[in-house]
Amino acid sequence: MDKSAKSPKSVAAKLALVSVCMFGFGYVLVPLYDVFCDLTGLRFTQESNELVSQEIQEDTTRLVTVEFDVSMNESMPWKVRPAVSKLQVHPGRVYTTNYIAKNTTQSAMVGQAVPSITPYVANRHLVKTECFCFENQPIEAGKEVEMALSFMINHKLPKDVKVVTLSYTFFDITQNKSLNKLGSADLNKLDSTESVIAFN
Amino acid sequence: MSTVATDDHHDDHQESPYSIKRWLFTTNHKDIGTLYLWFSFIMFLIGGVMALVIRTELFEPGLQFVDPQFFNSMTTMHAIMMIFGVVMPAFTGLANWLIPMMVGATDMALPRMNNWSFWILPFAFAMMLSTLFMDGGGPAGGWTLYPPLVLQTGDALPFVILSMHFMGLSSIMGAINVIATILNMRAPGMTLMKMPLFVWTWLITAYLLIAVMPVLAGGITMLLTDKFFGTSFFNAAGGGDPVMFQHIFWFFGHPEVYILILPSFGVVSSIIPTFARKPLFGYASMVYATGSIAFLSFIVWAHHMFTVGMPLAGELFFMFATMLIAVPTGVKVFNWIATMWRGSMTFETPMLFALGFIIMFSIGGFSGLMLALAPVDFQYHDTYFVVAHFHYVLVPGSIFAIIAAVYYWLPKWCGNMYNEGLGKIHFWLSTIFVNLTFFPMHFVGLAGMPRRIPDYALQFSDYNMLATIGAFGFGFAQLLFLYLVIKAIRGGEKATSQVWENAEGLEWTLSSPPPYHSFTTPPVIK
Amino acid sequence: MSGNNWLKWLSAVSVMFAAMGAANAGQPINMPVGVTDISADVFDLHMIAFWLCVWIAVAVFGVMFYSIFAHRKSKGHTPATFHESTTVEAIWTTMPFLILIALAIPATTTLVAMEDTSDYDLTVKITGYQWLWHYEYIDEGVDFYSVLKTPRDQINGLAPKGDNYLLEVDKELVLPVDKKVRFLITANDVNHAWWVPDLAVKKDAIPGFINEAWAKVHTTGTYRGQCAELCGRDHGFMPIVVRVVEQAEFDQFLADNTTLLNDGAEYAAVAE
Repeated sequence: MDKSAKSPKSVAAKLALVSVCMFGFGYVLVPLYDVFCDLTGLRFTQESNELVSQEIQEDTTRLVTVEFDVSMNESMPWKVRPAVSKLQVHPGRVYTTNYIAKNTTQSAMVGQAVPSITPYVANRHLVKTECFCFENQPIEAGKEVEMALSFMINHKLPKDVKVVTLSYTFFDITQNKSLNKLGSADLNKLDSTESVIAFN
Repeated sequence: MSTVATDDHHDDHQESPYSIKRWLFTTNHKDIGTLYLWFSFIMFLIGGVMALVIRTELFEPGLQFVDPQFFNSMTTMHAIMMIFGVVMPAFTGLANWLIPMMVGATDMALPRMNNWSFWILPFAFAMMLSTLFMDGGGPAGGWTLYPPLVLQTGDALPFVILSMHFMGLSSIMGAINVIATILNMRAPGMTLMKMPLFVWTWLITAYLLIAVMPVLAGGITMLLTDKFFGTSFFNAAGGGDPVMFQHIFWFFGHPEVYILILPSFGVVSSIIPTFARKPLFGYASMVYATGSIAFLSFIVWAHHMFTVGMPLAGELFFMFATMLIAVPTGVKVFNWIATMWRGSMTFETPMLFALGFIIMFSIGGFSGLMLALAPVDFQYHDTYFVVAHFHYVLVPGSIFAIIAAVYYWLPKWCGNMYNEGLGKIHFWLSTIFVNLTFFPMHFVGLAGMPRRIPDYALQFSDYNMLATIGAFGFGFAQLLFLYLVIKAIRGGEKATSQVWENAEGLEWTLSSPPPYHSFTTPPVIK
Repeated sequence: MSGNNWLKWLSAVSVMFAAMGAANAGQPINMPVGVTDISADVFDLHMIAFWLCVWIAVAVFGVMFYSIFAHRKSKGHTPATFHESTTVEAIWTTMPFLILIALAIPATTTLVAMEDTSDYDLTVKITGYQWLWHYEYIDEGVDFYSVLKTPRDQINGLAPKGDNYLLEVDKELVLPVDKKVRFLITANDVNHAWWVPDLAVKKDAIPGFINEAWAKVHTTGTYRGQCAELCGRDHGFMPIVVRVVEQAEFDQFLADNTTLLNDGAEYAAVAE
């Protein structure tokens, strides 16, 4: 009764292959999500950021306010504040500022800062040339450090955007073996003063 | 294997229905269909009890009966049970029973895989239910499993994920079987555009299943590796994004919504012409509309997450695409009404359930259109208005269609008529109580009651009380259904082959009940 | 199968709605118009969509019920045989499409207005915790936690429930009237959603990310809302109360509360 050349078994095998591919596609959605974020401006990846930074021109006629904000995730016990709460900046010029972080606990810890920017459109126009969020941040017990941030605003930032908010959330990754690239052993060897100066 | 249906590995004769071996090792499409349908009914009772636990706690303000954590795991499990344990297996059961008979085949294309795809389910759901007794309780983060909350689940998490993998595996195998049967086993002359709409809608549903169930599997595997193997797909600290899970989930989730409703369209499209004594209006446009709905389902997922924070362009795109779904859905409803128009209608129980489906599914469709409007959705999102919406499309939608299908084909399956008078009473009780349950939810939702809360402010009390009364009424009305089905299986007025005066389709050319192997010689197609 | 089934149906429906009507002792059944221009626009859009659906339903089901009454076998109606018409199909594909376009226009306008967070007067950072809210007036140096105030006894049924049962907090978010307030919304642990119906603001709070929303309230008063994203055990017990006051009162509020300015110890203590 089967008119077609294909047997049910071969149809089933092909469909099974499709479903395996769709399982893989689930994982392909991860890089696709980055593309989606870049396209819509939902988030912006560092790589795309660097490309944008090459074509920036300085515009001294315009001032944009950049606000600095910070949050601690879950039980992260550090006390972090921006050195200044806001800066008036000219598009196209590099500015440097600090976040000041204090490890209030009795043991050395490693933190990771995650940036988030509003409004969305500013995502592709705020270029971080140096940022403590690029690396794991170790702080010795009870120590306070300054963490540097250098950035510029792309001159292409739409004119109606007058304020850009740059917010960092600090995560405690001391115990997270896959995220803490410094490792607890290295942490113990840290000479706290030297490493702090390096960040300045 | 293409000839497996004719050179049987299984017995030619039917073993006693009381032999466990028969059911455990069966490769017969009717036996497996029966297993699926009974399994679905048992899950319906378990999921229904969970719903009643929820409604009992919500009968009046205050915490009376359950701990909020247990309440959350009830809402979570109720959803998983009803979606993966009731509606999907019930449709697979109907597909098993009906598709071979409708396309003129002896059996499903892959009978042994068919057995396997069913028997995975009881184990999957036993594992899922067992998590309720684990340390930390069952899953309580909602059936959508959003991280980071779901990662706070206790010991249950890996078991929940594993059992969902099994459910997915089962439905993928079921879908492969359906497609292989439809593509390979059709009787000569049964061209694609001659297939009954139930077969068409199931074909499209099966493709949707194969496309999206693996994506869900991928997403929940990422949850598992994030929790236990140090990956950071959804952990912002490692460069991940918890919102990405929502995108992956709803990329599966929206097509899943249509997986739960498309076969209902097929059922209703079979029943209406029979009792209107008039051919289905716009057969081709029904097929195209189903295809369009399936296609659109892939590009609207983010309407489930408007409040998550999305750039304007994204919100506009998903709003417009979602509104567009109203067009093919409208075409279907119009076609059903045009089928009834100037027909010669009678209103046996299956017809009543089908008519109830059209009206109440449309109510769910209307609230769906309202929900599509992003600015207003900010007010509706995660409130009881949404709960009302999806219960209208799933209970008097999918569930009514499944019940209609059972009444419609039960005389064919078991050879006996059900009790028509009690069937009608079942319909009226179900209809009244389902509306009493879910209609007031629109009101409390608009007035500001969030979903998934075990206790609520005083201004929501009256409608919650009504909803609870309705829920108990609806639940007990289904026991009447159980009674009717058992009674019909055990005996009653003998059904003719044709059963219904004007029923069209190959299944009605077989005896009632049909022979163990449906069409051992291919039927002649007009 | 006769006409009296339809009578049953009608009487059942009317009993049901009568019951609902009787139950409705002044309890709200519709979305609030709210106290911002945006919330009024949203309400209008909601009502437009609602009435549109009602009229479509009346028309479509009207035809269907007419057919059910007139074209029945018991009345001796003989079936017609038509089963397709390209013209009719084209009409009922195009018509809904045009209606949808008409609906999309006001929806788009409102959405564009909602997403415009520029030119604000005040910023409040809102952080969701399991299970309380934290508010921070970023430029004013005032911050505090806001926790459910309803006593446990009321929840457990040991004491009579107050008027604002589950919708009352120890410290309300105080905002000035007629000022555009920008909300920066994030979360500390799991996803939450900050929702006040009267402000037509509902935005997810996601750990690691900030979301923006805004409101310009034109009427003083107290407005209540709740967390709208499942966030664990006490999701139902983290209400939001916003008190909108005149500018002078707001300034006084800030002056009175600068002492609450967080220092590390207090911050860590409450977060635990």
